[in-house]
Amino acid sequence: MDAPHLDLPPADDLLPERFRRWFEGRGWTPRAHQLALLARARAGRSVLLVAPTGAGKTLAGFLPSLVDLSGRPASARKEARLHTLYISPLKALAVDVARNLEAPAAEMALPVRIETRTGDTPSHKRARQIERPPDILLTTPEQLALLLAHREARELFKDLRRVVLDELHALVTSKRGDLLSLGLARLRRLSPELATVGLSATVREPEALQRYLVSQHGTSPRERGEGFVGGPADEASPQGEGEGELGSMAGVEPPPHLRAAPRRSPRPPTGGDEALSPLAGRGAPLTADLVTVEGGARPVIRMLEPAKALPLAGHTAALSMPAIYGLIRQHKTTLVFVNTRLQAEYVFQALWDLNEDGLAIALHHGSLAAEQRRRVEAAMVAGTLRAVVCTATLDLGIDWGDVDLVVNVGAPKGASRLMQRIGRANHRLDEPSQAYLVPANRFEILECRAALDAVEAAAQDTPDARGGALDVLCQHVLGMACADAFDLADLYDEVRSAAPYAGLPYKDFEAAVDFVATGGYALRAYERFAKIVRGPDGLWRVRDARVAQQYRLNVGTIVESTMIKVRLARSNRARPGQVLPRGGRVLGEIEEYFAETLTPGDTFLFAGEVLAFQGIQEDEVLVTRAGAGTDPKIPSYAGGKFPLSSFLAERVRGLIADPFEWDRLPAQVSDWLLWQRRKSVLPGPRDLLVETFPRGGRHYLACFPFEGRLAHQTLGMLLTRRLERARLKPMGFVANDYGLAVWGHGDVTAKAGREAGFIDELFAEDMLGDDLEDWLAESALMKRTFRHCAVIAGLIERRYPGQEKTGRQVTMSTDLVYDVLRKHEPGHVLLRAARADAATGLLDVRRLGVMLARIQGRIIHKPLDRVSPLGVSVMLEIGRERVYGEGADDILAEAEAQLLEEALG
Amino acid sequence: MALALKPNRLTPTTDIALAATTATLDLSGALYLAQADTLVVADLHLEKGSSFARRGQFLPPYDTRETLSALAEVIERFAPATVVALGDSFHDIGGPDRLDPADQATLARLRDGRRWVWVTGNHDRILPDHIGGEVCPEIAVSGLALRHEPTGAASEVAGHLHPVGKVVMRGRGVRRRCFITDGQRLVMPAFGAYTGGLNVCDEAFKPLFPKGFTAHLVGDGRLFAIGKAMLCRD
Repeated sequence: MDAPHLDLPPADDLLPERFRRWFEGRGWTPRAHQLALLARARAGRSVLLVAPTGAGKTLAGFLPSLVDLSGRPASARKEARLHTLYISPLKALAVDVARNLEAPAAEMALPVRIETRTGDTPSHKRARQIERPPDILLTTPEQLALLLAHREARELFKDLRRVVLDELHALVTSKRGDLLSLGLARLRRLSPELATVGLSATVREPEALQRYLVSQHGTSPRERGEGFVGGPADEASPQGEGEGELGSMAGVEPPPHLRAAPRRSPRPPTGGDEALSPLAGRGAPLTADLVTVEGGARPVIRMLEPAKALPLAGHTAALSMPAIYGLIRQHKTTLVFVNTRLQAEYVFQALWDLNEDGLAIALHHGSLAAEQRRRVEAAMVAGTLRAVVCTATLDLGIDWGDVDLVVNVGAPKGASRLMQRIGRANHRLDEPSQAYLVPANRFEILECRAALDAVEAAAQDTPDARGGALDVLCQHVLGMACADAFDLADLYDEVRSAAPYAGLPYKDFEAAVDFVATGGYALRAYERFAKIVRGPDGLWRVRDARVAQQYRLNVGTIVESTMIKVRLARSNRARPGQVLPRGGRVLGEIEEYFAETLTPGDTFLFAGEVLAFQGIQEDEVLVTRAGAGTDPKIPSYAGGKFPLSSFLAERVRGLIADPFEWDRLPAQVSDWLLWQRRKSVLPGPRDLLVETFPRGGRHYLACFPFEGRLAHQTLGMLLTRRLERARLKPMGFVANDYGLAVWGHGDVTAKAGREAGFIDELFAEDMLGDDLEDWLAESALMKRTFRHCAVIAGLIERRYPGQEKTGRQVTMSTDLVYDVLRKHEPGHVLLRAARADAATGLLDVRRLGVMLARIQGRIIHKPLDRVSPLGVSVMLEIGRERVYGEGADDILAEAEAQLLEEALG
Repeated sequence: MALALKPNRLTPTTDIALAATTATLDLSGALYLAQADTLVVADLHLEKGSSFARRGQFLPPYDTRETLSALAEVIERFAPATVVALGDSFHDIGGPDRLDPADQATLARLRDGRRWVWVTGNHDRILPDHIGGEVCPEIAVSGLALRHEPTGAASEVAGHLHPVGKVVMRGRGVRRRCFITDGQRLVMPAFGAYTGGLNVCDEAFKPLFPKGFTAHLVGDGRLFAIGKAMLCRD
């Protein structure tokens, strides 16, 4: 046991008698970090607990609450006050944790009431929970927001002592994390004595999470995030030895050059209005304490190398299916992780084709019908499954039983994600997790190698702390108005005490309030319809109960991409070739944008079957089962959800650039790289290789930035515009995680020969100026991003009472709203929110910017007679990946030509 | 680097035979009947933004301005003797009274010097007197009956349905407003800035065009005539 070197009171002092007996009865000793959390709780401190799965993290988080509650006098028990709030990113996890918590509580006969509150909780129980709250309430960020907007919130939370935040690393990187941070800020105001506990997997920057857990009041934007090392001086625990150069240095004495940096002061920095504020937690540190549990046994991860050479592109890993099947046979329970739903479908089917032993192999992804997913989960817990093929839906911490092997098919995309997936195997700390990486093409071998190196170095690539989103702030402001009248300056202070919003300028806050009140438009047309109004006492109040109801219906930050139900249609016997509407069962849901690309007769994989698309009827996709042996026509890979992390990308570039590293790669990859060096060039780790070559009557430009598919798509759109302006008549492009290829009628090689510096100019950083602006005006991705912000901020309602508005109608109107708003008020708060999202989300503009800056003066243009070995891998995506760049008018012109043919024919 | 060349929009129109006359379909979504020097626009839905605002949904309040400026552009181009607004010109009955003074002035300027006919629609069955121009449930022009809701009768021009057509090619879908016609009757696209659309494959269009139709989709640079076979459902 990795006992931290703590000046802890002995366990006897921290743990009451009945807890000690309970531990003894089970043959357990309280773990050091469990005791550490008890000690911190006693000191009234907030704590971040970083521990791998299987470390007893959840129990550690709750022990202080249970001890506290067990010591209450009997009279206090009658009063029914909410003592501890537990927040999890998943409804299912909250329910699961409640179950796991009830067991020890019952075994120790603790007088503690534990309840969950989720979207499924019946309304009478919700009402009762407010009137007579349980001691411990387990819920989700959205439910917390709803509770805080309740008129009774002040009363409900005034005695709250502790908040436990589970899977904090997963929450803080999203808008849900922003919403939760604002909720925490309000909780701290309602109950100033509140302490928080964050439970997290290992992350690159624990300081960001430590700040998230406590009030940031008094920090100015300049002071945030300036290379501080570690938390408070009395650091709790030793660090895992494997911490790499990017790992946390918390707990280690800072190196001399950092020691001079001002320690985070326990008193708010000078300047401003702290003295006036009720929130200035004088004496409170600006980071929570950190307790780290060492990683236990090192996982055993291997790369599965197929006997035959892997293809240069593709994501199905078809060659490795027999080997994966073999591994499943050798293990008790295997989790097979893939990156996309379509990959999951493919792998599942391929494994069943091989499944001569009839092993219980199941499929689990977010698009399956909920009932089907629940069945798989139940079977998993019951231990009746030998393998589950799954997507990120099983990434998070639910304990699915006795998994002894994790197989990751395709490239891992990020080192931290890989570690978290591998952690799903073997929930016992002292035994190593077993895992295999299965690359599907030669680039993925490089990526797997880079990921293995990163895991070896225990290097993390979790995303940076994010700045709070403005659309989320708008939602929160309305919620706070629903709860109680507010004063503008007080609410601004409160909001800034949340770490993501610590640097929020007052004018942005004002813009958000203005948006909530009347839409925030320069043309003040809606004053008389204002949703929140300022009273003679200077306080802002919600206008009427209907507004509060609107808020309740729109709460939350998850805007699902519009999904359409997939229903099995019956074929019409009377009229062969026709289908009867409805009738069959629902197989699950697919994204609307995917359905839109299908034409009747197209076959695709879904829910483990090859289905034929028959059409969309109202709000459902009708399908029939395709005949046996039919190959799905629509590609089985629609691009990964996660782009390659910058961190892994850098390692991949490093591997390629350094021939001494090639010994560690399979011969098929080093041969391929040697071949590339012979035929073209191998770029250095900071260079960008641009190849131009003719093929099949067209001219191609291929480049290899290794910045992930999303950034490459944006780059492709912008390059196409520039090539068009240079009259090189681009026709389209494809992008993958490693590079992109653009083709057209114009000869780029000749143009570059005539105009020195043409290629440099093509990739100039000013691409992100006007070209980006022009593209954003019409980009479907940008419109989708805007729609998300509009829904979250409450501009577009998710649904009206009694009237479900379909996503289809919403899509239509937000596009129109986007066009009008962009034209008349480009600086509007929602457009700014959408731009901030575009920087990191679907368009990944920020990463593209970093790349363009990196390659200035380092572009290697190589004109070639034919496609290069590296180029082949990108070219092969043509026909697999969607082709971009054809204008709407080109599509329409082609459809029009068909009419002429009909007329002439 | 070379400057961008904007597509030339010299002829954003398509002429078609409609009943006994010739109709000019315009890229803006308007219809011009040269024989009677009449411009027709359908479903302006002015003041839709403020209509939503009454229910606490604050869409950008620039829709009326946007719609009127598009209308001004097309009126300037054709300089017609008569303008017919084919119903649902306002999103609700209170719309005319919510018009901003600036928008009122624009409207008055457009009306100036020509005949202006407001055909009533289901959203604006009643129009106040101060709106100016004539108000009527339907009007005959060049042998065509111009009314808001289509009945399926021959020689009819109507709006109301907000037709849009969708084309899917090589994995990409394009959904655009459109005129649909079978040579005897025509349903016009909605002209207003916030008007959504109904797919022409919807059942609602079937009884109107029993023998099929051609859709003229509003592209970026011109109109595109698309046969029914190439149009997809949503």
